[in-house]
Amino acid sequence: MSPREQWIAFQSIVIKEVMRFARIWVQTILPPVITTMLYFVIFGNLIGSQIGDVHGLTYMEYIVPGLIMMAVITNSYANTVSSFFGAKFHRHIEEMMVSPTPNYLIVAGFVSGGLARGLSVGLAVSIVSLFFAGLNLHNVLVVVTVAMLTSVLFSLGGLINGVFARTFDHISIVPTFVLQPLTYLGGVFYSIQMLPEFWQGVSLLNPILYMVNGFRYGILGVSDIELWACYGIIIGFIAVLFTFALVLMQRGVGIRN
Amino acid sequence: MTQALTIRDLRKVYPGGFEALKGIDIDVAEGDFFALLGPNGAGKSTTIGIITSLVNKTSGRVAVFGHDIDTDLAAAKTQIGLVPQEFNFHVFEPVEEIVINQAGYYGIPRPEARRRTERYLKELGLWDKRREQARDLSGGMKRRLMIARALVHEPRLLILDEPTAGVDIEVRRSMWDFLQGINARGTTIILTTHYLEEAESLCRNIAIIDHGQVVENTSMKRLLARLNRETFVLDLAEPVARPPRLPGHPLRQVDELTLEVDVEKGSSLNGLFGELSEHGISVVSLRNKSNRLEELFLDLVKGGTIEREAAS
Repeated sequence: MSPREQWIAFQSIVIKEVMRFARIWVQTILPPVITTMLYFVIFGNLIGSQIGDVHGLTYMEYIVPGLIMMAVITNSYANTVSSFFGAKFHRHIEEMMVSPTPNYLIVAGFVSGGLARGLSVGLAVSIVSLFFAGLNLHNVLVVVTVAMLTSVLFSLGGLINGVFARTFDHISIVPTFVLQPLTYLGGVFYSIQMLPEFWQGVSLLNPILYMVNGFRYGILGVSDIELWACYGIIIGFIAVLFTFALVLMQRGVGIRN
Repeated sequence: MTQALTIRDLRKVYPGGFEALKGIDIDVAEGDFFALLGPNGAGKSTTIGIITSLVNKTSGRVAVFGHDIDTDLAAAKTQIGLVPQEFNFHVFEPVEEIVINQAGYYGIPRPEARRRTERYLKELGLWDKRREQARDLSGGMKRRLMIARALVHEPRLLILDEPTAGVDIEVRRSMWDFLQGINARGTTIILTTHYLEEAESLCRNIAIIDHGQVVENTSMKRLLARLNRETFVLDLAEPVARPPRLPGHPLRQVDELTLEVDVEKGSSLNGLFGELSEHGISVVSLRNKSNRLEELFLDLVKGGTIEREAAS
């Protein structure tokens, strides 16, 4: 395929993926917005008022970036895992497999779908957060790049989960037992400086901590982690997961007999 | 003549040791209408899966219009359109989007994809349904949607895996006409079907696979020529209560106005008509019974089974 044909093939996958979640926006966009709104009301407003300042900010202001990032992470992952598994289950992944579209474009197309949903939900949650706290943008470039890279990373994670999944149970195991605990323990609701030294060290093993803090720096200008470490971890994981996803596609794991 | 498809010593062993293909060779010439037949589990779908890269082969060589799937897969894929046995589209997607997106996967720009989608949906009688979700289509419409989707990139080789399974006779006939039309325009077609009448009517060449081996690969004419007798159906002018006994021409009664008779190949029908006239039976029309391929198919498949059983 020529570069132009490849671009058209990529666009087609992205359009298909975006239309998929847009058609069912009541299931894909609305629920995370409502859930995050409840977090703002309960943790930010009711409980947060009892907690006091963190890094010189109100608790509500402090948790806004983490909650936005949590929505981006979970929705990016959920989009690709359900879309890819659905395509496998209903066999319409074969539409792409019989075509000359290269595997890397199939991976990139699904990931772009996850990115579109992750950022759409992130934007919706950000707009809702304005009702609860002022949203100052300390560094727009950091906000945008960290959100996009994190979304790409978790879209890749969802895709790999979708490749290996054989039943609907398999697509909920990782989000429930791995992703959610890591997100809650990734500094969404607290600064790791509030933890004892040992648990601060343990927290540094959690990659989500770097993403939440990178994003928080972009919005508030405060972070528990150096910015270069945030980018390093995210880009490193993307490189590893993209290569792994590509190898799986080339070998046809889970999709080709 | 250019070969549309060349398969050499193709083998497939599934994890667990099941040997689905035991080294098959098949050639399909450009422009052919080719039947790939075999009982369930014979290896037809595995063969199609390997050609279309949905199944990894264990060994052997496959080339589509000279493009080897090991060294030139993208070019080979561009030549092929696949209509699979099972519905494999996103059931919540509108009909039009399914076909347009498929064109996109082949690098066809969207305006051109829209034009082609309109053309094929109209030709296949689906244009009125273009905005409906695929799940709302009838079984026959879903089959036609898969044909439109397979044709939108205008492949030179169209592979249809049981395309008329479960569709009514009217739709089946219109699909036959459509397929004959695109074959006449130059598209090579490979068809698998359980309706042997369909293969006999449409296809010029045939391969029969059984237990992972090609047990027959010849032209339809040559295969049918092997039959040493033919069955004719006689439509009568007036009803008969019981068919007369004619030496050399055993008659079977289908109903009051229809008889069947087996005639040795090459023997004259004049004697038969003379004897029928003597019994006061007038024949208004005569036709071949179209189950000839079925008889041969069963002979070939049964023969193979018996030989294997004897050898084991």
